[in-house]
Amino acid sequence: MSDTPSATAELTLPKDLAAEKGMVNVQIDGVWHQFPKGMRMIEACRSAGTIVPHYCYHPKLSAPGNCRMCLVQMGMPPRPAPGQEPKRDEYGYEPIGWMPRAVIACANTISENMGIRTTGELVEKCREGTMEFLLINHPLDCPICDQAGECRLQEHSVEHGRGASRFVDIKVKKPKNVDIGPRIRLDNERCILCSRCIRFMDEVAGDPVLGFTQRGTHTTLTVHPDRLLDSNYSLNTADICPVGALTSNDFRFQMRVWFLKETPTIDVNCGTGTNITVWTRNNTIHRITPRQNDAVNSCWMPDSHRLNFHYIDGEARFNQPLVKNGVLHDPIEWSDALNRAAEKLKPLAPGQIAILASGRMTNEELHLTRKLAETLGTSLVSLVPRFAECDGMLIAADRNPNTTGAKLVLGTEDPFAKLDAIRDGVRDGSIKALLVFGEDIITDAGFHFSDLAKLDYLLQTHILANPTALASHLVLPGAAFAEKRGSMVNLTGRIQRLNRAIEPPDQARDDWEILRDIIATVSGEKSDLHAIEDVFKSLAGSISALEGLTLSKIGHQGLSVTETGYQVPLLEKERQRKL
Amino acid sequence: MPDILQILILIVKIVALTFCVVLPLVPISVYFERRFCAVIQDRVGPNRTGIPLTLLGFKKDFHFFGLIQPVADGVKLFLKEDFTPSYVRKAFYWMAPALTVAPALITVCVIPFGSPISIFGSEQKLVIADLDIGPLFVFAISSLTVYGITLAGWSSNSKFSLIGGVRSTAQMISYEICLGLSIIPVLLYYGDLNLSKIVQNQADNGWLLLPLWKGGHLGLPDLQTALFLIPAFIAFLIFTISIFAETNRMPFDLPECETELVGGYHTEYSSMKFALFFMGEYAAMVIGSALIVTLFLGGWSVGFGMDKWINDLHIGSFQFGGLIHLMAFLVKLIVFILFFILVRWTVPRFRYDQLMKLGWVIFFEAALVNVFLAALIIAAPQLTAAIIGGGAVLLIAVTAAVIWVAMVSEAKPKIRRA
Amino acid sequence: MAVVKLQRPKLNAGEKIYFGAILKGFFITMSHAVRSLLGKTTGAKDLASSGLGVTMQFPEQRWDNQLPEYYRGAPTLVIDEQGRERCVSCQLCEFICPPKAIRITPSEIPTDDKWAKVEKRPIEFDIDMIRCIYCGMCEEVCPEQAIFLRKDYLVTGHTRAEMVHDKKKLYEIGGIRTGLVNKWNELK
Repeated sequence: MSDTPSATAELTLPKDLAAEKGMVNVQIDGVWHQFPKGMRMIEACRSAGTIVPHYCYHPKLSAPGNCRMCLVQMGMPPRPAPGQEPKRDEYGYEPIGWMPRAVIACANTISENMGIRTTGELVEKCREGTMEFLLINHPLDCPICDQAGECRLQEHSVEHGRGASRFVDIKVKKPKNVDIGPRIRLDNERCILCSRCIRFMDEVAGDPVLGFTQRGTHTTLTVHPDRLLDSNYSLNTADICPVGALTSNDFRFQMRVWFLKETPTIDVNCGTGTNITVWTRNNTIHRITPRQNDAVNSCWMPDSHRLNFHYIDGEARFNQPLVKNGVLHDPIEWSDALNRAAEKLKPLAPGQIAILASGRMTNEELHLTRKLAETLGTSLVSLVPRFAECDGMLIAADRNPNTTGAKLVLGTEDPFAKLDAIRDGVRDGSIKALLVFGEDIITDAGFHFSDLAKLDYLLQTHILANPTALASHLVLPGAAFAEKRGSMVNLTGRIQRLNRAIEPPDQARDDWEILRDIIATVSGEKSDLHAIEDVFKSLAGSISALEGLTLSKIGHQGLSVTETGYQVPLLEKERQRKL
Repeated sequence: MPDILQILILIVKIVALTFCVVLPLVPISVYFERRFCAVIQDRVGPNRTGIPLTLLGFKKDFHFFGLIQPVADGVKLFLKEDFTPSYVRKAFYWMAPALTVAPALITVCVIPFGSPISIFGSEQKLVIADLDIGPLFVFAISSLTVYGITLAGWSSNSKFSLIGGVRSTAQMISYEICLGLSIIPVLLYYGDLNLSKIVQNQADNGWLLLPLWKGGHLGLPDLQTALFLIPAFIAFLIFTISIFAETNRMPFDLPECETELVGGYHTEYSSMKFALFFMGEYAAMVIGSALIVTLFLGGWSVGFGMDKWINDLHIGSFQFGGLIHLMAFLVKLIVFILFFILVRWTVPRFRYDQLMKLGWVIFFEAALVNVFLAALIIAAPQLTAAIIGGGAVLLIAVTAAVIWVAMVSEAKPKIRRA
Repeated sequence: MAVVKLQRPKLNAGEKIYFGAILKGFFITMSHAVRSLLGKTTGAKDLASSGLGVTMQFPEQRWDNQLPEYYRGAPTLVIDEQGRERCVSCQLCEFICPPKAIRITPSEIPTDDKWAKVEKRPIEFDIDMIRCIYCGMCEEVCPEQAIFLRKDYLVTGHTRAEMVHDKKKLYEIGGIRTGLVNKWNELK
């Protein structure tokens, strides 16, 4: 019996094992891993838990490899002479011949039996040199730069830089404070020429207005002559800018990022349900940025949605219940307000009461709306439709964020169906009382002031002053999207979670609590719903698609609960680019 | 009519001696305490509180060494919110401060403040009640203070108060024994329990600790009196230290030990109720000092044979020598209070086990032996030399035995190894 | 954690009686008292006190001239020789401040300003002197040499609002400071 040679020959080699699955073996910092073929080295390192420092590389964009920060040491097995079997170690891997020079990890792909070193003298020297070159012309104005605190240059300088400058010449002066678009400000001195913004505008936004002019150290980022960076996705360039060259006019000099608390939640401006992070301090929202979710919005969000939060702490916010007294409204206590509403609603016959809910309400609120309708005995429940043009990227035609959820929760295919019937009922006087939740029906649902004047009782919950409120007998202050918790189902059928970033102002309450209290006051029974989790439990028990779910199980990335066949156009485009 | 006059005179005495002599001593001793501890610690102490004359247009405020400070303290304590926590047992909680301060003030009635004053031929003693059981009355009444403190500790319904109250009870009961035993030699020596007579005796025949005159004539004491200085000094030492323990003063203030018990039994008290405890403590200190002065340091006597001469001073029929004696008594009292304060800021606090050991193992035995020693010295003239020698041997044997027992009781048990 | 067993010192018979130590204590406390009362307290001269203790009689006597260079009084903002307010509202002091006494509202410098190139300055800068603990972290952390702790220690007021030093007050106390690094003066 011979010992080893025949035994190794029979042994299945790791490369064959990996190839069966379409994978390759890569050694990263001395540990062997398996990754899919064609993966970029930088991604492989990230999967292995090592983040290679980089500036120009972005996973959703092409990789030009121009920042040179992601240099790593690479090694391949030596090519055997013809007819010679390659040497293998006891596990079947070939020895790696390390290359004497570093390669960039972002533009190279992995191959079988490749070795990558992300540390070591060579790599560290390379990074230090790159950092020194980048900092040659970079101004040291971190105290005034908005990027400070989330600046890659700062972070990598601390981690990989030299600590002191050897540069004695005068730094190159470039234009500062350049107005390149309505929402973006450019500081060319801070630009490290990574070209992320140029590639984003070209590849994702489809509006290639940015580019470099000049050469060498004088290279300058500019906007195309006669054009402005005015795309509705322009603020994403400020997000991906690794330094403070591109900053948002809206957030500029407002607050240092290290004071801000990040709350992951979702956008409610359209049916896409873009994942966002809300940045707050002291109960004030300072900015909103997109949060990566490859099944919803990739890494991006439209400017119009991003900037639509200033109304939350605006002048027009309702902060206490108002009751109509003649033409004007007077403040009133919550308990009084609810009791008065119940008094008015109780004597009415079920057919005389209608409910107009909103597609901007969460599943929990819609669930309680259904419960309220059951308590009042009415079947006249409708949502207000809100349709506009789809921009072919992230903004969906359906501007209600929770139409799919409403379909599930209310158990109807067309939640808007009864709107016309209700409008007619109000006009001909058969409907005596109308409960409007979170909608301005004069502006959005085709009601006229004169129609509403015919009603015996009109109750509205809303967050902002609006024409319908003027006609309402009772106005209850609700909570804005950043002030409440709950869940919504987006157009693709994905249930996602809203989280509370700030507290509602003054006496304003979470909408589900208002609904719960109205039900309790009308029915005279004490509610056993104490937290939003209780409502979700009750909701999940009544809908098969949500069975077994809880709010915490939804997670920050959401879960697909129903099939709608809807595709987010931007994700479609991204997929095509990859092919 | 004479009865009513007697009662009126009694009331005048009570008001004058209790409320015009002893009670003002309390804030004054607080002031002295603060100023004296300040100079000991190289500070200044309260020197600002005065009459703010600048508010009235004068150039300078009237400070007078901050002597108004006690008044300000009192006003502050009166005006503070009197807070009663909701969880206390109210009746006892309210009773406790009164039970602490009242006995201290009652004991004042047997202290002779001066020699008798006579006006228009009627002689009035400067003592409220000239009882024939003086020291016993003081011990009987002052031991009631322990009820106040115990009730305060228990009714406050707080762990700190309770521990403070329990410590106080144990401590006061323990030291009462030494207190009582330690003055037996003194009482044996005088053969009398009436404090006025004891003081008069000292005025005539020399103070107990300073027997330098006899029958109004200066001179060295005879052998017996000189020998009696030994038990007298031991009695003085034990009595003084026990008074420290009885009044919860440093170094025995474990019932209100701040580092361990926040405020001890008065943790939950505020405003005037707290002030009553405070007053009770200082009044006890004043009475304790008065007792020591009376028993050992000649009371109101000025000494050196001058007392008779002072007694005879008169303007017309008004013999005012008693007032000079009152002054002498107060001076001695204040010096002793200063001594109390000096001890407080010099000697660190004892541990509770050390305190108990000191009381039960050392002072109790020492006081007992001292009684026999004193008895032997007093009875010596009537006895034969053989009996005296036998008694002395017996005493030494007993003392040795007591010391041996004390040492054995102190020795740590040896750890037996199996 | 290692357990350290301490051995109580062995006392001899004399020490066990305590009296020697207590008498020694009396001697020490009394000597302090006597020296105090005679106006000869040790170290009284160095502190310019009356000699009755080492305590200085505060409102009449001040120690202002003896304050050491490193004394940390009220924090203030300063202006440099060019008349430029040094603070660029980077909010690092607000971040580092242990009792959270500092509150800054940043703003942009208008383009027609002489120092428009600095871009940023505080529009409001409040230091709550009730909260301030005079630790000097703000001075240490300031990258612009804009905030300094001065020797003012008499920070008093009748209301809480009065105790909040606003931007105007801070510059008023701080005044002009010369000899600072002027990185914004180079040609830009």
